[in-house]
Amino acid sequence: MMKRSDLEIKSVEYRKKILKYILGANAGHTGGSLSCIDILNVLYNHVLNVSPQNFTSPTRDRYIQSKGHCVEALFVVLADKGFFPEEHLETLCKYKSHYIGHPTRKVKGVEQNTGALGHGLPIAVGNAIAAKLDKKDYKVYTLMGDGELPEGSNWEAALTAAHYKLDNLCAIVDKNTLQITAPTAEVCNTDPLDEKWKAFGWAVKEVDGHDIEALKAAFDSLPFEPGKPSVIIAHTVKGKGVSFMENNLKWHHGVPSKEEYALAISELDNSMQKAAV
Amino acid sequence: MAHIENTDPNGFKPNQEIFSEVLQQLAANDRDIIAVTSDSRGSGKLVPFGKKFPEQIVEVGIAEQNLVGVAAGLAAAGKKVFAVSPACFLTARALEQIKNDVAYSDNPVTVVGISAGVSYGALGSTHHSLHDFAALRAINNITVVVPADNFETAQATALAAKTNSPVYLRFGKKVMNNLKEVNDDAFVFGKGRVITEGTDAALIACGETVYPALQAAQLLAQEGIHVTVVSMHTIKPLDTGLLAKLAATCKAIVTVEEHSVYGGLGEACAAYLMQHGLHKPFRIVGIPDEYTVTGSQQDIFNHYHITKDGIAEVVKSLL
Repeated sequence: MMKRSDLEIKSVEYRKKILKYILGANAGHTGGSLSCIDILNVLYNHVLNVSPQNFTSPTRDRYIQSKGHCVEALFVVLADKGFFPEEHLETLCKYKSHYIGHPTRKVKGVEQNTGALGHGLPIAVGNAIAAKLDKKDYKVYTLMGDGELPEGSNWEAALTAAHYKLDNLCAIVDKNTLQITAPTAEVCNTDPLDEKWKAFGWAVKEVDGHDIEALKAAFDSLPFEPGKPSVIIAHTVKGKGVSFMENNLKWHHGVPSKEEYALAISELDNSMQKAAV
Repeated sequence: MAHIENTDPNGFKPNQEIFSEVLQQLAANDRDIIAVTSDSRGSGKLVPFGKKFPEQIVEVGIAEQNLVGVAAGLAAAGKKVFAVSPACFLTARALEQIKNDVAYSDNPVTVVGISAGVSYGALGSTHHSLHDFAALRAINNITVVVPADNFETAQATALAAKTNSPVYLRFGKKVMNNLKEVNDDAFVFGKGRVITEGTDAALIACGETVYPALQAAQLLAQEGIHVTVVSMHTIKPLDTGLLAKLAATCKAIVTVEEHSVYGGLGEACAAYLMQHGLHKPFRIVGIPDEYTVTGSQQDIFNHYHITKDGIAEVVKSLL
């Protein structure tokens, strides 16, 4: 098991790689990838029973990234886990590359093709029902953005998950509170979010989505209630880790200039030293 | 609704009833066969299935997008999934889920559109599916199958269960007479089924319009006009080999479908023929692009001349 500082250092490394490949591709969802990367770090390095070796095993855990546009975060983590050589990411968004702007199963380690919002949870529900029917004990996880919650299919699936008592299912909401147009609360307010999930029959925990220990503790306590699906509302900061990107709408899919990139890397390197102390 | 249509002295049944019977036979021997319904087990004739195999039916309530997403997730976990819902809702409201979660992600779901076309004729356009061939033809990686009679429905259902890629099955509520007395045809997706042979014209139909096309052929035969009738049960991939052969041997081609004249079987055939230089007198019989008339399915067929007389007239007009 990695020490706390090891995972924290990993998060910084992941952030640097996210920016590197977004710069290389001249495209990407920078802010959201930086907001969800700590969640992905904890999932892949602490929670999920998923590896390149067991990826075709019927008993592996399932992770479906509903907020598919933050694919850079997923690709960086999958490369780190050995699903493919990291240099493949140099082809990100290039002609005929499988490493496109949303997850596809052409890339090893990706469970489902996503990108249109509101699709991850229904598929995850299907996975979780299958696990129950087959009496297999794998768990199913899906990461959603708070901006995608107005998609009605999410709430259809939320009802089904509670109806089937899917306590093998965990949704994580990356609640970074910003979406492409404006703050989420101004576009379509979903607060109070915990009460909505509770009303739909889910067990809810809220955590600081950048606190590695808090995330680990939340995942370690799944299911939050027997017989209920669980949702982790992860309070995050869009653009987290780079001061001028944090909470700034410009970075929803902003691509840094070379100068901005250098500044961001320097900030992250400084934080790396802090994390290692 | 129109229950009298479903009583047949010859023992023929609505295709969706045959679908349910075959699915029960399959489920008895295979625990991985799963039906997913959206409060649609009654109209899908799946009540007996649900009673016999309560662990093999997943009910999501009236939520078609979720129906297809859940079906995709089940299929991704190794289940052989039939997602069953009225075609009008399934292929419109859940089109994005069919496109992304089933076809694009290559999850081998059989999407089953029941009470299709104008089966719910009197209920209005909300309940008609006259767009589904057009919508699904334009989506990569889904086979579009429209069985005509009980034989084709049984074959198509069994074949879909064995097919490890997405399939759309579409049928209606009406009792469907078998098209042949002896059903010994090999049934393969993508290969049209020739019902009668003649060289004066070809009638290429699908689903519940094959029977009136066959009746039209019988009427024309009385006048010395001999027509090939094809049940083109697979709209995509289209049996272009058969189409080329018909263009070479028949003087005219008429297509018939319970679908908009835009984007369906007729336009699929026309596109192939035009692009391969096979120019024959050609007509598409279907539902015109207008505010669709309402009434029973038969009333609507009569209104748009999707009848033995109407189809025979179109053939004669080309000869």
